[in-house]
Amino acid sequence: MSGHSTYVPKSGFERWLDARLPIVRLAHDAGVSYPVPRNLNYFWTFGGILMLMLVSQIVTGIILAMHYTPHSTMAFKSVEHIMRDVNYGWLLRYLHSNGASMFFVAVYIHMFRGLYYGSYKAPREVLWILGVVILLLMMATAFMGYVLPWGQMSFWGATVITNLFSALPIVGETIVTFLWGGFSVDNPTLNRFFSLHYLLPFMIFGVVILHVWALHHVGQNNPTGVEVKNVAKDTVPFTPYATVKDLFAMVCFIGLFSYFVFYLPNFLGHADNYIPANPAVTPAHIVPEWYFLPFYAILRAIPDKLGGVIAMGGAIVVLAFLPWIDSSKVRSMSYRPIARQLFWAFVVVCIALGWLGAMPAEGGYVIASQIFTALYFGYFVALFVVGLFERPKALPTSIADSIFASIQGGSGARMAVATAAEPNAKG
Amino acid sequence: MSKISVRSAAFGLLLAALPLTAQAAGERVEPPALSWSFSGPFGTFDRAQLQRGYKVFKEVCANCHAASLLRFRNLSQPGGPEFSAGQITALAATFQVQDGPNDAGEMFERPGRPADPFPSPFPNEQAARAANGGAYPLDLSVITKARTYERGFPRFVFDMFTQYQEQGPDYVAALLTGYKDPPPEGVTLLPGQYYNTYMPGHLIAMPNVLNDGQVEYPKGPDGQPQVPETAKQYAKDVTSFLMWAAEPHLEARKRIGLQVMLFLLLFGGLLYYTKKKVWSRMPDGTPAH
Repeated sequence: MSGHSTYVPKSGFERWLDARLPIVRLAHDAGVSYPVPRNLNYFWTFGGILMLMLVSQIVTGIILAMHYTPHSTMAFKSVEHIMRDVNYGWLLRYLHSNGASMFFVAVYIHMFRGLYYGSYKAPREVLWILGVVILLLMMATAFMGYVLPWGQMSFWGATVITNLFSALPIVGETIVTFLWGGFSVDNPTLNRFFSLHYLLPFMIFGVVILHVWALHHVGQNNPTGVEVKNVAKDTVPFTPYATVKDLFAMVCFIGLFSYFVFYLPNFLGHADNYIPANPAVTPAHIVPEWYFLPFYAILRAIPDKLGGVIAMGGAIVVLAFLPWIDSSKVRSMSYRPIARQLFWAFVVVCIALGWLGAMPAEGGYVIASQIFTALYFGYFVALFVVGLFERPKALPTSIADSIFASIQGGSGARMAVATAAEPNAKG
Repeated sequence: MSKISVRSAAFGLLLAALPLTAQAAGERVEPPALSWSFSGPFGTFDRAQLQRGYKVFKEVCANCHAASLLRFRNLSQPGGPEFSAGQITALAATFQVQDGPNDAGEMFERPGRPADPFPSPFPNEQAARAANGGAYPLDLSVITKARTYERGFPRFVFDMFTQYQEQGPDYVAALLTGYKDPPPEGVTLLPGQYYNTYMPGHLIAMPNVLNDGQVEYPKGPDGQPQVPETAKQYAKDVTSFLMWAAEPHLEARKRIGLQVMLFLLLFGGLLYYTKKKVWSRMPDGTPAH
């Protein structure tokens, strides 16, 4: 969707700068005149929300780092110092810890949006893969951030997760020692995790720039999955249309975020992390943060350690291959009667895995985790198979046409159903 | 057809897994949910209760337990027990604090100052264990946030809306009054062990320390204490104090929260109508959908 630039320098200075560094032109083309499909729903506002969350996490994190001490004997106390003695330190810390959760709420909605509307399909494969890379970086960042308060769950979570690497053949033990900076999770581990926790968000920022660049190059997908055919009819300029809509969605999201920060600041955390880390006492249940629970359930579902690690890694990496796994030519699941049911089943499977991840790994929970792990991966197999024989509903000829049909109201909707029932409809 | 069948199959599997939760409860007795002045979106601490709670803490708990994250000055800051600055200076001076080294290179004792942390009853963990039959009396600074019990599905979902988050205080208050002496039949206690209904596994190394009439409360104008001097009341007062100790800015958090929510409601409302206005016309002037 990168077309002819519509930027016209207004002042002499702008003309002078534009000839030397067209940065205002870049901002204008990307943030003002960039054409956006006019039929986007509110699920398309989560990209902007995620950008907001990334900036919020970086800003609060930088200020927290000014008051935090990454040492095993002082980390817990320095966090409490922030909570008690730093001006609005409690606010900064709760914004940062709940911000991580909200970041994942937004990213999971963003990803399910992509899954439902087939946003990973050509020509958006690279855009999608960059998203998977961002997810992996986010997970690493969140995990290392959770270690920093040096509470019981920080310490034991770090122990469990870093130990996973020991399952890798030959290099496993070496990698674990390297991660620990010694022979157990200790002060060197905390030091390097703090350093990396500060580094990774800027790497995320870098990949986000690529992600947005790729997006602006291929243009946004939309609920119909039909490409933009006529820019004048199918799209609206980013500003003011998308800007005001994104801003409204952001304020709503900040409302949810604030609700947790101000009224339930410890709801999404774990009480054990208010107990200082103690290598001699293992907590009854070691549970990761909620956003890792589905993957934790997959890890524990496999009886073999290496198998579990591979399954857990595979559960994320498989997403990167979705553009080639999904065999259907139709993007939006709104027009795919069978795949759409598969999608909702997949959502349920992910939630069930999340719940199982919070349960102890024993008896019926393990069996249930194994069933749901199979269903998780089954989704990708099913998506490939279904695409081969599924008869999609008739696609609108253009974005503008799909809107015209919905303006027709009831009769239009009934017509759409009628065409959908027509087995030989094109698509 | 396929729509209903796939969905119902998925939910069926989910529901089939639900009864498994019951197993997890195990050997815990859930503490009763008490009514706390600091719960809910408008919750605040009761100053008189925090002051009484501090008295219980100082006269009972502090004999064995530290609260090293607290400083005397915290007791006079807004949103806490709000003792006067003069009271705090006098209170701190009743404690002897080690300071130094001085110019001669020696450590020395001096009266406490408001900026000093609460003195710990033992110099280190080993000394604390030696004096308590091998058990370590924990630091109580954040204890009400460090204790909880499993709420389970579906209650944790409801808790998001009711804002119930007082598992910690409920547990601490219940534990303090949850002793059974003699223990139920079939339970044999080793020396230094006590039976407590709410302790996971029921065996606890801390004896029952709260007894009716043990701590003298301030008297009202009629010469009577304003609340009953009972173990139950002591437990509730000291737990409130410990909740404040764990979350000293709770009042500011809830107050600012309300301001933020009202602002977002207004700002969001204005944005909503702005968005509607913008989207009512397409760039070429035609009406939008």
